Amino acid sequence: MIQVTLPTHLRVLAQVAGPVELQVDEPITQRAILDALEAAYPMLRGTIRDAATRERRPFIRFFACGEDLSHEPADVPVPPDVAAGKQPFRIIGAMAGG
Amino acid sequence: MSEVRVLVGTRKGAFVLRSNEQRKDWTVEGPHFPGWEIYHITGTSAAPNRLYVSQSDGWFGQVIQRSDDGGKTWETVSNEFVYDGVPGTHQWYDGSQHPWEFKRVWHLEPSPTDPDSIYAGVEDAALFHSNDGGKTWRELPGLRDVKGNLWQPGAGGMCLHTILLSPDDPKRIFVAISAAGAFRTDDGGTTWRPVNQGLKSEFELPDATAEVGHCVHSITMHPSRPNTLFMQKHWDVMRSDNAGDSWHEVSGNLPSDFGFPIAVHAHEPNTIYVVPITSDSHHFPPDGKLRVYRSRSGGDEWEALTNGLPQSHCYVNVLRNALAVDSLDSCGIYFGTTGGQVYVSADSGDNWMPIVRDLPPVLSVEVQILP
Repeated sequence: MIQVTLPTHLRVLAQVAGPVELQVDEPITQRAILDALEAAYPMLRGTIRDAATRERRPFIRFFACGEDLSHEPADVPVPPDVAAGKQPFRIIGAMAGG
Repeated sequence: MSEVRVLVGTRKGAFVLRSNEQRKDWTVEGPHFPGWEIYHITGTSAAPNRLYVSQSDGWFGQVIQRSDDGGKTWETVSNEFVYDGVPGTHQWYDGSQHPWEFKRVWHLEPSPTDPDSIYAGVEDAALFHSNDGGKTWRELPGLRDVKGNLWQPGAGGMCLHTILLSPDDPKRIFVAISAAGAFRTDDGGTTWRPVNQGLKSEFELPDATAEVGHCVHSITMHPSRPNTLFMQKHWDVMRSDNAGDSWHEVSGNLPSDFGFPIAVHAHEPNTIYVVPITSDSHHFPPDGKLRVYRSRSGGDEWEALTNGLPQSHCYVNVLRNALAVDSLDSCGIYFGTTGGQVYVSADSGDNWMPIVRDLPPVLSVEVQILP
């Protein structure tokens, strides 16, 4: 099972208290994880990816295994530890403000 | 005894204020949706416990939620506001053409008769409709055919912020758009025309009487006189007695005719309210005195309403959706400020009291009277 952590606003919206676990078919990519997440939690549609373009929203970041995956192509496989469920795929609200 | 429910949208969540007909003692619930910008939270007389809320956020975008139990529980409905066909372009700050891009929902206008019918005014300016309680949205694209390529965002964004459904003609709708103007449809939204004749924008437009481009801040009407409209423009308070076909200025003796909201008394169709703001560059009341102005003559002759409002060192603003009236026999007037105060007058504006003082900046205020 893939583990996904959400920022506070999205946990409230999805009505979950902690990381969510998702069954994701291989190949396990950002797109596959986000498709599975939105299928399981449809209230999150449009909050991580633009509803029309399906592109990552500008102030959303994807972190995993100590790396920023935000600029990786959506169809590239995620790190093996994420695919194996050992490390979470972290969805982050980018730093903003001063 | 009736319950008064005031729905308040703020920069950091929604609040529900409750009282009885006396409107003296209040309870404050919230924040609901804490941390989200609540551009609008509103209900419908068709089903008083059905509420809709527009919540948005710079990180997570637009969410629309609906409640069928007066706000105890909420469910998300669709946030897919997709422009019809090829979105086209509008004028950009540098004079170039820029594609229409959805940013947020500014205003939700439910039908007063059909609880599943609701309109949404969005930025970049367009009008959407749902006939299934927000589960799906469809644009009424004819609006943007009205010289939409000439519309240009102002400092506040190119937002469709006002939607008026004509009470006597289900096919007639008025909308207002910042830096574009007022528009009317008489065929249910298929075709539109600008209704800006008489507006003058000497300081904002190269052609002061252009057909489109005027920065309309708010329009309103009394349900008993659907052809009489009142407008708070960027500068100027205006009136139309022919459904927007032409306008004339009724700013009269106001200390400033700049402002954002305008409202009509619930039982006196010729009694209107504005909150003058110093200027477009000074978004606070003249002389640091928070004054609501009332005209009992439909404009031109105005009186300051100050009893209970701060009359020194007050530098808040009152935004376009943050002034509302209730329908009780003694008409209540409500407004929220960018300083987080929500004020009520239970006697048509003669006397005011704060319901709450320290909310986040208030974006919208709506009132419901529940049996």
